[in-house]
Amino acid sequence: MARRSGPSSILQRVRAWAVPSPRTIAREVLPNGIIALAYENFSSPSVVLSGLLWAGAVDEPPDRTGLAAFTADMLTRGTIHRTFHEIYEAIESVGASLDIGAGYHTTGFSLKALAEDLPALLEILADVLRNPTFPEEEVEKVRGEILTDLQEREHDTRRMAGLRFRETLFPGHPYGRSVDGYRETVQGITREDLVAFHRKFYSPERMIVAMVGAIRAEEGIEAIRRAFGDWAARRPEPDPLPPVSRPDRWIHVHTPIPGKTQTDLVMGTVGLARKDPDYYAAALANCILGVFGMMGRLGDHVRDRDGLAYYVYSRLDAGLAPGPWSVIAGVAPEHLPRAVEGIRTEIRRLLERRVPAKELEDNKSFLIGSLPLRLETNEGIAGILVDIELFELGLDYLERYPEIIASLTAAEVQAVARKYLDPDRMVLSTAGPEPELPAGKPVV
Amino acid sequence: MMARRSVPRISRRFRPVRRDGFLKTALDNGLTVVLKEQHHAPVITFWVWYRVGSRDEPTGLTGISHWVEHMLFKGTPTYPKGTLDRLISREGGTWNGFTWLDFTAYFETLPSDRWTIAPEIEADRMTKALFHPKEVEAERTVILSERHGAENNPLFLLSEQVQALAFQAHPYGHDVIGWPGDLQTMTREDLYRHYRTYYAPNNAVAVAVGDFRIPEALRAIERAFGRIRPALEIPRLRAVEPPQRGERRVVVGGEGNTAYLEIAYHAPEATHPDFMPLVILNAVLAGSGSLSFSGGTSNKTSRLYRALVEPRIAAEVGSSLIPTVEPFLYSLTVTLQPGRRPEEAEAIIDAEIQRLQSELIRPEEFEKALKQARADFAYSSESVTNQGFWYGWSEIFADYTWFETYLERLARVTPEDVQRVARTYLTRASRTVGWYLPRA
Repeated sequence: MARRSGPSSILQRVRAWAVPSPRTIAREVLPNGIIALAYENFSSPSVVLSGLLWAGAVDEPPDRTGLAAFTADMLTRGTIHRTFHEIYEAIESVGASLDIGAGYHTTGFSLKALAEDLPALLEILADVLRNPTFPEEEVEKVRGEILTDLQEREHDTRRMAGLRFRETLFPGHPYGRSVDGYRETVQGITREDLVAFHRKFYSPERMIVAMVGAIRAEEGIEAIRRAFGDWAARRPEPDPLPPVSRPDRWIHVHTPIPGKTQTDLVMGTVGLARKDPDYYAAALANCILGVFGMMGRLGDHVRDRDGLAYYVYSRLDAGLAPGPWSVIAGVAPEHLPRAVEGIRTEIRRLLERRVPAKELEDNKSFLIGSLPLRLETNEGIAGILVDIELFELGLDYLERYPEIIASLTAAEVQAVARKYLDPDRMVLSTAGPEPELPAGKPVV
Repeated sequence: MMARRSVPRISRRFRPVRRDGFLKTALDNGLTVVLKEQHHAPVITFWVWYRVGSRDEPTGLTGISHWVEHMLFKGTPTYPKGTLDRLISREGGTWNGFTWLDFTAYFETLPSDRWTIAPEIEADRMTKALFHPKEVEAERTVILSERHGAENNPLFLLSEQVQALAFQAHPYGHDVIGWPGDLQTMTREDLYRHYRTYYAPNNAVAVAVGDFRIPEALRAIERAFGRIRPALEIPRLRAVEPPQRGERRVVVGGEGNTAYLEIAYHAPEATHPDFMPLVILNAVLAGSGSLSFSGGTSNKTSRLYRALVEPRIAAEVGSSLIPTVEPFLYSLTVTLQPGRRPEEAEAIIDAEIQRLQSELIRPEEFEKALKQARADFAYSSESVTNQGFWYGWSEIFADYTWFETYLERLARVTPEDVQRVARTYLTRASRTVGWYLPRA
C-alpha cells in the first residue's frame, strides 16, 4: 500500500532534489536591456530557447484588433536576409521547430533544435525578430489563413463561449478584445500597419531569453549576446490599462450556433495579478475548486456525481494585470441549468465553509509534489525561467516555492475566495444550439 | 510495505539486463514487462497496455472498449471511486487512460520515490473494477456527451464517414467512440463481459521508464501482478477487409462556413516492409508531423503545403499515417480557404501523387525526412511519459525493436521504394474521398 505522505515529507523530497536555483541558473542583463538566462541539461542532445519581447495586443488600436498577432505570424515570411522558403527550409530540414505568437502584453517565441543546429537557428530567430520585410504577397497569404481560422471560430462553441465571456467581463478594456482579432479588423490591417507596429514596438528592452538544454551555460549566454547584443531599438511606454471591476450582477450572454449538439460555457469574474500577495492563496483555492485530481470539487460534483458535463474545470489567469478567474465546462444543452447551479453551489461552499484539513493538505501536497513533473523537459524548465523573470519571482523561487505553499491556511483560502468570487455576480457565457436559460437568476 | 515472503517465486528464463538499462521479460502468468532506466529527473512512468481496442468490437457493441476504460476509473473494492485520484494527485502525480484501434492503455507518472503505488493500482483494477450499475448509467451520459462534443467538430463528422466508407468488413470502420445507437443500448453485462474477457495478464504489456533500478522495478511489478491468473483464451474477431474495387465518395453537409476535404488510402500494417517507405513518402508529401515521437516540426516545406497553402487554396493541410496491427488508412486532410471548393484541392493532390509515382524523390528531400526523424527521436527522450508511450505502443503493433530500430530502418529506404509504394497504395480505385460542405 502507498504510504501516507503529508506536506512535510513532500517538502523534504522536493528539497532533496536539485531544482534550478541561483547556483545553477546563469543570468545576465545585456547592455541593451535583454535578460539572458541559461540552464544546462545534458540528458538529451537538444536545446530549447524560450522568451518574449514587449509588444502585444494592448499596444494595438481597437480598430486594428489582431495586429500584434498578425505581425507575429508575419515575422517568418521574409526578412532582409532570407525568404519565407529559406527560413522554413533551414528550420524543417534539421527537424527544428519555431513558434512565435502574440499575447496581450508580449510576443513570445520558442525554438527547439538539436544542439548541433542551434547556432544557425538562433541566427534565424534573431533575423526574423529584428529584420522582417512583410512582403505584400505573404501578407495576403497569412491574412487568408487568419480569416479561415476566424471563420472556423464562429462555429466553435468552446472558442465562442470564451470570446463572449472576455468581451462581457472586460468591456472597453484590451482584455475584452480577441488577440486573434475579428474578421472586419483583420480585413482592414494593411502592410503599412504591420511594418509600423513592428518598427514601433519590437525592441530588446526588458526582452527575456532563456536557453535550456545541452549547451554550457556560459556558451548559451554568449550565443544570446551574439544574436541580439547589437540590437538597439527602443519602444514607447505602454498606455496604462483602464481600470477593471468585477461584475456587480449576474450577466448571461448566449451565442446561438445552430446545428451544434453540445453547449460550452465559461463563467466567472475578474481575478488578480500574478504579483498580488493573494496569488498563492487564490491558486490553492482554484486548485481545490476545479483542478485537483480529475478537476477538483467541480469534477467530483458536476461531472462525476451528477454526470452533467463531459468536462468541467476552473482556471485562474493571473498575469501582469488581473485576468479572469473562471469555470469552463461542456454540457448537453438540456443539462445546462443544472450544471450552472451545480457550479454555483460549489463556489458557494468554498465561501461558506473552511476547507477540511485533509483536503487542504492533499491540495498543497499536489501543488508542491508536481514540481518534478513540470521540470522534466527542457520546455518545462525554460517556461518556468521565463515566468521567474516576467513576474520578478527571484532565481531562488523554485527553492522557496514548497514553503510558500506549505504555509497557506484554510482561513486564507476562504478569505481569498470570499474576496474575489461571488456566485451571484458573475458573467456566464454560453455557446450552443439553443438559447437555453440557466435557472436561478434573471437573464440580461 | 508488504512482506518479502509474499512474493511468488520467479522461474523465468535468464534474461540479462541490457547495459543501457533495459529489460524485456515476461511473468509466469504471461504479462509482458518492458523496463527502461532513465535517470535525468526524479520521475517514473508506469503503463499497462491491453491488447483490446475498437478492432475487437463487433456490430452492436461499438465503443465498448472506450466505455470499459472509463469504468476502470470508477472504483474497485480496494480503491473506491475517487480515492485513486486523491492518492495520485497528492503525490504530485498524473494519470490517464486511452482507447484506440488496437489498444486500451493506462498510465501513472509519479515522483520516483512514490511510483510503486502505480503497479499496485493497475494490478488491482486489472480484475477488480466494480462496474456498479449506477456508475455505468452515469457514464453513459458522459460518453454520449463526449460524442456530442466531437460532433460539434466538422472534421470529426467527416473523418467518421470516410472511415466507415473505407471499410466494409473490418471493425476499423467505426470510430473508437462508437455509434450512438450502440452507446444507447449497451448493457452493464456487455461491458463487464468485455472487461473480463480481455483484461488478463497474458493480454497485457507493463512498461516502466524512469528513475529506478531494474531489479527493484521488476520485483515491484511481480509483487503486484504475479498472483493474477492468466485467461485461458483471448478471442479475436477474424474479419479481413476485401480489396477495394473502386473509388468511394461521400459528401457530408453540415453547419459552419468552412469546407474540408479528406482523402483516405488503404495502407499496410506497421510491420509490413512497405510501411517505412510510406513514412518517407508522407514526410515529403505532407510533412512528418503525423508520425512524430515528440510533436515534430512544421510542414511548410512539404509538397502539399507549397501546392495548396501557398496559392491560397487551403489554410491548412495535414496527414495521418498510423502504425496499426492490421492494415488501416493513410489519409490527407485539407481545410479550404473561404470561397474555395474541395475539387480544386483534390485536383492538386492528384497531380502531386502522380508526381510521386512518376519521378523519384530528390536526395535532399530524403535527407530532410531522415534528419527530422533523428531530431524528433532526441526530443522524445526528454519525457519518461513519452518514452513509456512509445515502448508500450510499439509492443502492441510490433515489438519494442520497431521503436528502437526506427531510424536505422528509415535510413535503409530508397527513393525507388518510395516510388513503388506510391504506385501500390495511392491509387484512385482504393481510395475514399470525403467532402464537408457547409449548408449555408
